[in-house]
Amino acid sequence: MSRQRVNWPAISLIAPAVIVLLAIGIYPLLFALDISFRQYQLTKQYLGTGYVGFQNYVAVFNDPLFWQSLLRTAQFFLLTVPLQVVLGVLIALFIDGVRWRPLSFVMRVLLVVPIAVTPTVVGLIGRLLFNRDFGFMNYLLSLFNAPPVSWLGEPVPAMLTIALVDIWQWTPFVALVMISGLSMISQDVLESGQLEAGRGWNLFWHVQAPYLLPGLTAVLILRTADILKLFDMVFVLTRGGPGVSTELVSVYIQRVGFRVFDMGVASAQAILLLILCIVLSRGYIRLFYREIEA
Amino acid sequence: MSARSHAQRGRSRHTFTYFWQGVVAVILMAAFLMPVYWMISTALKTTTDTFAVPPVLIFQPTFEHFRAVYEEGTVAKSLVNSLIVATSATALSVLIGAPAAYVLARFNFRGKSDLWFWIISNRFISPIVVALPFFLIARDLRLLDTHLALVLVYLTFGVPLVVWLCVDQFRAVPREVDEAATVDGATIWQVFFRINLPLAMPGIVVSAILAFITAWNELMFALVLTRAEARTAPVEAANFMTGFGIRWGPMMATGTLIVLPVVLFALLVSRNLVRGLTMGAVK
Repeated sequence: MSRQRVNWPAISLIAPAVIVLLAIGIYPLLFALDISFRQYQLTKQYLGTGYVGFQNYVAVFNDPLFWQSLLRTAQFFLLTVPLQVVLGVLIALFIDGVRWRPLSFVMRVLLVVPIAVTPTVVGLIGRLLFNRDFGFMNYLLSLFNAPPVSWLGEPVPAMLTIALVDIWQWTPFVALVMISGLSMISQDVLESGQLEAGRGWNLFWHVQAPYLLPGLTAVLILRTADILKLFDMVFVLTRGGPGVSTELVSVYIQRVGFRVFDMGVASAQAILLLILCIVLSRGYIRLFYREIEA
Repeated sequence: MSARSHAQRGRSRHTFTYFWQGVVAVILMAAFLMPVYWMISTALKTTTDTFAVPPVLIFQPTFEHFRAVYEEGTVAKSLVNSLIVATSATALSVLIGAPAAYVLARFNFRGKSDLWFWIISNRFISPIVVALPFFLIARDLRLLDTHLALVLVYLTFGVPLVVWLCVDQFRAVPREVDEAATVDGATIWQVFFRINLPLAMPGIVVSAILAFITAWNELMFALVLTRAEARTAPVEAANFMTGFGIRWGPMMATGTLIVLPVVLFALLVSRNLVRGLTMGAVK
């Protein structure tokens, strides 16, 4: 099509998206960047909002709580994602092997349910199931004569609780991604693979696993991005507590910004988080998305 | 071994496979659906039954919690707010995103892949990064506690979602259709609205449903940007956790009301949900 002449009608179709994303995507980020170099405490307005150079960033770098929250986020990732991948692959292999077609269809449809449940409500359900006195989890434990656990009252059980809830919600997602990987394998490839590699582990490792690789990489990086964003479920379930034991990075920044009301420092933290997100997402998009060709 | 007994053994082995696969399937589905069942059943239980140890599985259902929630009015109001905000954000996302997707799918220009990359990358930005400045901007513009502020901020994920899913959809429409129409004297606008939009409708509907679910479920922006008037349902639900004595019944009734519509929508697009969540990385 016309490369030389400016194609105004086409521009008019794409312009709204560009303008809107500039206004609500880029402008707020520049605003945050500006705030991050200012003194900006909402509860201490008398201090004014003058520039303070890199003072907020220095404060963030010297703030052990910020680094701990990042470390905790990494721990949370290690607690959840490997299990989600293993369970997800196992479930996918199972559903792929189900002989009765209607059953595998129903399972694939129902796996969607946990993914869609509002994370806030997931947090509320967690409060109910992990309640110390009448929760279902302690009832399960009592069936094995185990003493009740104060899931939300102590640091380590609280971390396990949010991890278990995350595993419940996102394992089905991993399973569905893996199922679509398995469905790419043609019957011919599978049959000749069975002749060479037999069944079981060998078949999985030599024939099926390569087809799961793109899905696996997608899952890893999407889960990374989502865990860096994770707020709703944790906020409702534990508020980052007890103490700061489940305060993941987004929960921490939200507290500094909207419960301590130090916008300057919170913005500096957010900018650092943004840089982390950009680095990771660049890697992600480079790795998986073929660019749009003509 | 005679042919007949061989067939018999084969059949019984099949029966056995069906059997154990059925058992595993039931256990798996029970594990994944139990929390949702627990929410709904707690919403329908009397308060005494809720606190029963061991938990009661068979009970006389009551609608008292739903009635209480309805009569108090704040939850109903928040659901209406959520509906207004999520619907407007979805409609605007499609209105803005679909034409952009069409241009990205059809035309070549300098910087196209950078533009596309930038639009998509909005998916990866942590909401807290946008929430801080958006709060201050909305406060200065006196937009706090309005539907408009939420609708605008929800476009940050709605538009990228629609653009990405629809680019694929528009590329599936054969180019020859466009060219034939252009030869007949149609403008780009006509080609887009009269020909491409109807043909891409299935993909647009899926992207709209996904945008709606995401907006409906969102908590952080709503928590930060609304107070009493424009408060959405997730914020209202989270509020049950503050104050003394948690009212489990009404809380779970509220949860049920929030979750029901999105779960139905998700079941409707279950085949495309994964593609949407991975932004097309997985077919």
